[in-house]
Amino acid sequence: MKVTFWGTRGSLASAGPETVRYGGNTACVQVTGSDGTCIVLDAGTGIRRLGAALSRDLTRVDILLTHLHMDHIQGLGFFDPLFRPGLEVHIWGPPSATQDLRTRLSRYLSPPLFPIRLRDADSDVHFHNAPDVPVSIGGLEVCGAEIVHPGPTVGYRVRDGAATFAYLSDHEPALTGDLDRRDGTRWTSGADIAAGVDLLVHDVQYSPDERAERIGWGHSSSLEAAAFARLVGARRLAAFHHDPGHDDAAVDRIVAETAAAVPEIGVFGAREGETVHL
Amino acid sequence: MTGTDFRLEADMAQEPIELILFRQLSSSLAIPVFLVDANGDLAYLNEAAEQLLGVRLDEIDEMPFAEWTTAFTARNEGGHGTDVDSLPLVRAIRDRRPAHGPLTITGGDGVERRIEITAFPLEGGRGRFIGAVAMFWETAADA
Repeated sequence: MKVTFWGTRGSLASAGPETVRYGGNTACVQVTGSDGTCIVLDAGTGIRRLGAALSRDLTRVDILLTHLHMDHIQGLGFFDPLFRPGLEVHIWGPPSATQDLRTRLSRYLSPPLFPIRLRDADSDVHFHNAPDVPVSIGGLEVCGAEIVHPGPTVGYRVRDGAATFAYLSDHEPALTGDLDRRDGTRWTSGADIAAGVDLLVHDVQYSPDERAERIGWGHSSSLEAAAFARLVGARRLAAFHHDPGHDDAAVDRIVAETAAAVPEIGVFGAREGETVHL
Repeated sequence: MTGTDFRLEADMAQEPIELILFRQLSSSLAIPVFLVDANGDLAYLNEAAEQLLGVRLDEIDEMPFAEWTTAFTARNEGGHGTDVDSLPLVRAIRDRRPAHGPLTITGGDGVERRIEITAFPLEGGRGRFIGAVAMFWETAADA
């Protein structure tokens, strides 16, 4: 299984010379299974370049949305494969008690916010609620679970043979209690889907000082993400959802803080264009 | 593989997120809160509920449905023993709708208290029943 980062920024795209190392595009991660299965996690602005890079021989692509905040769906209308006749595009997202996924996405992908309607896509588009039990997508096994973030939000766990990967792009588990607790993970958001994974991609948007002023905004600090990774037994942690106000040097500092807190875990800052092999 | 297999691999049984969030809210409330899971077993009671019921969560490792429904010697306004099925929290679990009623109970500390109970079911974002909650209000302490 390969994990490729096409967008690592949170909240707002932030292109500029100060963000070239980690990248300025918003959330988009490609997972490629050992059998060639391709799934895309989130459709932030990073998905535009991914769409251009995907093989035209591909017959199906699955886009798994964690939630419908703009930084996770803004690239969808610029995802070229959406307009390829004959291609199957499956879009998965968090369930809602009131409206289906297509209706909610159409609030953005329609005038006046966007010139093209979702129904005008040339591909064969299907919508699904994020699975809450493991399902097979090609050779990959995928499972979602609701996690703590404002509005319906899910995290995903992906398995390819023995390799496991969890993606919790926007997550504030500290709201559910002490992450240093010794009594297990029964009451910790995201604990099941992240348990023991080879790679955990997790929200590390803030420094501890910033986080103290933004409780309830749905994101984690370096120390909280480190504590969560330790609690669930992740082997590696990719710091993700970099704050749009942070330049590369600031992200370096936050990644270093995270790594220092959990020296037993391989910590790195997710960079646009980087591929991790699991 | 089932949806719980990776929990078992890591020995980590996580509660549904809605129950986790309700527990966290309850821990900050002064009103007594008694939270049960989808099986009706006690999942959490906050400090105010511990005081009212005369029990401590740390000391009762678990309290299944069959135990808590009979543990507090509930009596109705006439002083007669109350059927389990008429307890507001049991009605909320069974009927999946809010229920309210007065009761007299004897806590784990032996103190008799008159209380009002409002109970309601918890339905998660996927429309699943994930548990129920009871909130208590002490109307008078029996000296």
